Formats: sequence, C-alpha cells, structure tokens
Amino acid sequence: MSPGSQNDTATVGEVASERRINMIEAINEALDIMLTRDPDVIIMGEDVGYFGGVFRATAGLQAKHGKNRVFDTPISECGIIGAAVGMGAYGLRPVPEIQFADYIYPGLDQLISEAARLRYRSAGDYIAPLTVRSPFGGGIFGGQTHSQSPEALFTHVSGLKTVIPSTPYDAKGLLIAAIEDNDPVIFFEPKRIYNGPFTGFYDKPVEPWKKHPDSVVPEGYYRIPLGKARHVREGEALTVLAYGTMVHVTEAVCKAKGVDADILDLRTLVPLDIQAIEASVEKTGRCLIVHEATRTSGFGAELSALVTERCFYHLEAPVERVTGFDTPYPHSLEWAYFPGPVRIRRRCRGGSRRMACEGR
Amino acid sequence: MAEPANPADTNRPALALHVPEPKYRPGDKADFSHIEVGSPGAQPRPDESIHPSQMADLAYSLVRVLGDDHQAHGPWNPRLDPETLRTMLGHMAMVRAFDERMFRGQRQGKTSFYMKCTGEEATSIASSMALASDDMVFPSYRQQGILIARGYPLLDMINQIYSNRADKLKGRQLPIMYSSREHSFFSISGNLATQTPQAVGWAMASAIKGDSRIAATWVGEGSTAEGDFHAACTFAAVYNAPVILNVVNNQWAISSFSGFAGGERTTFAARGLGYGIAALRVDGNDALACYAAAEWAANRARGNHGPTLIEYFTYRAEGHSTSDDPSGYRSAQEREEWPLGDPVMRLKNHLIAIGEWDEDRQSAMDAECAELVKATTKEAEKNGILGHGLHHPFHTMFEDVFEELPWHLEEQADQAIRERITKFGSERPFG
Repeated sequence: MSPGSQNDTATVGEVASERRINMIEAINEALDIMLTRDPDVIIMGEDVGYFGGVFRATAGLQAKHGKNRVFDTPISECGIIGAAVGMGAYGLRPVPEIQFADYIYPGLDQLISEAARLRYRSAGDYIAPLTVRSPFGGGIFGGQTHSQSPEALFTHVSGLKTVIPSTPYDAKGLLIAAIEDNDPVIFFEPKRIYNGPFTGFYDKPVEPWKKHPDSVVPEGYYRIPLGKARHVREGEALTVLAYGTMVHVTEAVCKAKGVDADILDLRTLVPLDIQAIEASVEKTGRCLIVHEATRTSGFGAELSALVTERCFYHLEAPVERVTGFDTPYPHSLEWAYFPGPVRIRRRCRGGSRRMACEGR
Repeated sequence: MAEPANPADTNRPALALHVPEPKYRPGDKADFSHIEVGSPGAQPRPDESIHPSQMADLAYSLVRVLGDDHQAHGPWNPRLDPETLRTMLGHMAMVRAFDERMFRGQRQGKTSFYMKCTGEEATSIASSMALASDDMVFPSYRQQGILIARGYPLLDMINQIYSNRADKLKGRQLPIMYSSREHSFFSISGNLATQTPQAVGWAMASAIKGDSRIAATWVGEGSTAEGDFHAACTFAAVYNAPVILNVVNNQWAISSFSGFAGGERTTFAARGLGYGIAALRVDGNDALACYAAAEWAANRARGNHGPTLIEYFTYRAEGHSTSDDPSGYRSAQEREEWPLGDPVMRLKNHLIAIGEWDEDRQSAMDAECAELVKATTKEAEKNGILGHGLHHPFHTMFEDVFEELPWHLEEQADQAIRERITKFGSERPFG
C-alpha cells in the first residue's frame, strides 16, 4: 500500500492532475518553474548549459531562460560553490549542480566553512541561499566515484540542510522548497531512481515511474515543506527509517515477505522530522534504519542514537541498521555491497522478535 | 618504498629536492640590494582595455610614483588633489594608531587576539579609496584600513574585538573578523582565500544583473597557493568578471617566506597573465601607485574589459599576529632595510614636499588619532571586554545557524540555559 505523497496534508499548491513523469522530468520542471518565478534564480554547473546536463536535468533551460541564467562552468567544484556563495551575497539565489556527489569534496571547504557559516558569522548580514543539487547513491555499477552517499558529511555540519527525495512528486516539491529556502540546502538526487523506483531486485526488470502513483506530478508550482517525513506505508511490526533509493527497496522487501512495517521516508535529514519518528517507534517498539552509505558514523548512527535516547522505554529490541559496508564502493561486487533485499529481509523478517539477534 | 637507484649503476644524475630558504634568518644582517625596485615614473600606463598578453613588462616590474625626492612621477601619477591626499594620510595615521592601541589591548588581556597591518596601510586604504563606496570588497584579515576609509565606526570595530554586548557579530567571531553589509564589506572568514572565488561570483552576479558595481578581493601572497585562488582566477577570466584580485605580497606567511608560495621564480602578478587576466605589479608602500593601480583596474572592470590581478609588493613590518614572534624566524634588521620604506612616511613626505602639509600638523594629527582611539576604547569598554561577563544574551549562540531555529537547536538552547541556571542560580540565567 502506498498512499502517495500528493495526499500529504503538508503539501501546498495545486491539486494533482493525472499526468505522470519521471524524477528527472520533475526536477527539470521544478528548475524551470523557479527560473520563471524568481529572476534571481541562477543555474550553473559542469555541462548544465547548452547540453542540458549529463542526466538531462537541465535540458532546455538555457534555451528558454538565457545564458545569463543557466550556464556551463569550468570543472572546479570549489569555484562553483565559491562563486555561488558570492552570488548569494549579492542577492541571487544560485542552484549550482555538482555532477556526482562523489565529486563534491573539492567544494567542501566552501560549503562547510563558508556557505554553512555565513549567516551565523555575519549575524545575518549575509546569507547563502543556495541549493546544491547533486546525483548520489549506487546501484548503477558506478564503482568507487559514481556511487557514493556522502550525506553524513553534510548532516554533521551546523548550518546546512540536507534533503533527499525518493519520488518524482517529492523531488519537484522539495526542490522548489529548497530553492526558496534562505539557508544553504544540499539536495541529493538518488540517480538510481531517476527513471524508475528501483526495488533492489536487480535481476528483474525495472519498472518505469509511469506505473508508480508518486509519478503523478502537478504541472504548476507546489512545494513540500522541508523537515517533514512521508509515511510510505502504515504498519505495526516495526518502524523502518529510510530515504532515497532505500525507501523503494525496503517497501518491496516488506511487500514480498509480508512484513507489516511502518515505513518512513525521511525526505529531509536536517532538520529531521523527529515527531514522526517518535510517533512511529512508540507505536511499533522496533526500529530498523536503512541507508546505502557506509555504516560507521553514517547518518544511521545519528538516527539510532536519537531513537534510543527518545524512545528507549518503548523499544522491545535494539535499534538495528542495514547499511553499505565500511569499504569504498566496489564495482564488480556491487550487489554484495548494496544493502539489498536479502540483507534487509534478514533484519526484519516478519517483524520478528528475534530481529536483534538475527543474522549476525 | 622502492629502493632508489644506485648512482654508480646508472649514468643518470641523482635528483635533488629544492626546499626554499629565505635569505636572512635571526641574527643575520639583512641586505635587500638584490631587489630590483626600478625608477618611479618609469613604467608606461597603458589604456585600460589593453589585452593581458601585452602587459608582461608591467607584471614583472614595479609600478612606482613617489620618488626619493618625495615628488610624484610619471604616467601613473593619479593626480589627486591635496585634500584627498590628506584624507588618505589621515586614514593611514588612524589605522596605525588603532593597531597600536588594539595590540596593547590584547597584551593587557582585554581580548584574545589581534593582527596589525603595519607597513601595508596603503594596500588597503589607497586602493579602496579608488573604488566607489558601494563596490563590494572581499578582504582578508589584514585590510582593516578599508573599514576606516569607508567610515565604519571605530567603536563598532572595538566592540567586535572585545566580543562584548555591543558587538554587531554577537561575540561569535574571532576578533578582527569584521563584517558590514552597510559598508559593502564582506564577512571575513578564517579560512584562507575562500573569499576570492566568492568575490568573482559577486562580480558575476553584478554582471548578470546588468549592474555597474564591481567587486574587489584581497589575499596574501601565501594564500595564493590555495586552490581557491586558482578557481577564482579561472572563473574571473572565463566570465570576464568585473573584479579586482589584489595580492598583498608582504613577503611572509607567518614564518614562511614568499618562496613557499612560489615567489622565488616568478612574480605573483605574472600568474595573472597565464589566466589571461590583466596584471600589474605595484610598489605597495607607495600610496599613489596603489591608488593608481586600483583606479586603472576599476576602470577596466567598469568598462567590461574584465578582471585585473594586482600584486602589491610590500613588507609585513610586524609579527603575523599577537600569537606570533617574528624574531624566531627572520632577521630583526629586515624592517629597517626594506627598500620601499614606510607607506605613511612616504605619503607624509610627499604632502610636505608639495607644500600641503608640515611636521606640526602631522604631530597634531597623530596625537588626535591616538586620543580618539583611546577615548573610543574607553567607550567600548563600557560594553564589556572579553571574558568579563558583558556579552550578548545566551540564546543568541543558537540563532542565525539557520533562518529559523529547528527543534534540535531549540532543545540545545534550553539545555544550555538550564546549565547556566545550575551554575549561577536563577538570578543570572542569561549572564
């Protein structure tokens, strides 16, 4: 069962039509709408201009809005983010793209030391209202430098917001909200699900978004508030906290194995929807955290600590994590690395009371 | 590690690593006669639309205006009226008096930290005076002269240094990391060279909007080794950004001489040429040359002819900061032997030479600056000094991380206030 996020009461804007699009199209539409609505919105990055981006997310935008608004940059993540901070100080609302999250590191000093701190250190004199879009995550045979999930590096930074959509509907609404937000937002797009909701059953054909209810995306402007989780599935056996591609993998496993999980798609990691998490764990008494990123000091550790601190007397079993392994992302052994159906199933089989001691 | 080849077994010579070494260390007699300073007035002043490839001579020589005769020479003479020159001298005297007092304040324990700009006053004051007041500046930590030239209140500067309850940055920033949007002065960051691509981005934004304002940034020669500086130069050139990239080559990056930034084999100005950026190398202790170079670069930027890199060749006369003792790494004689002299004295002598100033007025002005800084210091102390309890309300520590406080910061703010009450009792919960 998937209620579909268009029924989310927190959503504002137009009523859904029956038009279905994929996540790339939803992102492209969000950018187009924001370029049209706000003359201060600027899009820049490697190959985003004339060519329209290596994933086509910015296709057609330069032709429509002009080279002053949508343009290619030198291959310099430090320069892209640094220039965007300066543009924000001027009063623009830049939406820089980093081609792969694996390549965001040369821009980290500008993000961590500058964008994240600017409002604080200048006491509000200057702000950095930028939205850094970047494809992230694995499951595409991307190897070490086209598969990483570095969200924990950003959630650890005071002053940054981190957003990860998992559906076309959310991608559009969250991206619009991120661009309108006056704080710097890291917007990670799970590239594995750009074209369809990957379930982790890699030996089966991937369904396109057209068959998924959350690909019904209104044409006009709407936004989904940052900091609000989405209830993917109501259940009683255990709470699953996931985001990005892992939302679909978890959902598929629970469906295939008849696990009555209460699945939350966090959507925003900072600020986190702690109320939704607490309500769910207090109901189920169990919590499983699923992410692609490596385990040690990953965002799952923060989630686990929060759940343990705040829901301790409701817990019937230790909080568990299903994650990528603490290795660089491998190429040939991708499906042994990826936290797919087998690993998840072993952790949440039937909402078992043995969840904690299973499969060690 | 692989075994190095035995030279006896090969006719290839053994390789040798070159580690730069400054000419003079503590105890050495300093002699700067090897530095070619050239003659004031000897450099041509090309049209502002010149192609960078035609500027090689200007990137390797030194633009100078003021001669040993204290007169202004040649085509770079900005021909400023005496009133402007006196204003410039006044700002330089003020920043020197300010630096003296704040340095002493740090030694007296009124604050944690200070950095002087002694010997480099012209590189910020004269060059920023050539800009419009709404041109945006992205300084490093040694351009306090810009704030003084732009009329930023001394009281606000001192409040920031003391991190007291009147500090506009709410006690969040290390002393001297000023910020003033009202004065088009960008928030100073501790992370070196980050401001350089930001300045380029600001200039790009101004161009995107069809504005007429330009940006200028300052960076030390040591920080030009940062990747950000390369990014800034690349972006400035690619987008023909209306920006001035000022490199203050004061010879020293804390204890490392400019050779560690690559200064042994080329000039810092010459780096601009490789990017296709107009480049000028200027006597940084010659206020008129500094003004003229900045004016030239501003004209170039405003005319959509693109960015300019200016190297100000100067000398860091004092320690790097209050935490530094330069006698541990360089000759004490360097400062007096420096061939380009002192920027304040040179401008003063020029004004006297043209009959627009005299020693008595200089003495009176110096005394007036010292008196004003002293009085303002006393005024600032009413708002508190570091560690003496008068600071911003406790809750402000959690504000401005984001536009609005998220739940986790609300919780942490409550926690911090509870801790204060435990420590001090409820009568002083926010103190």
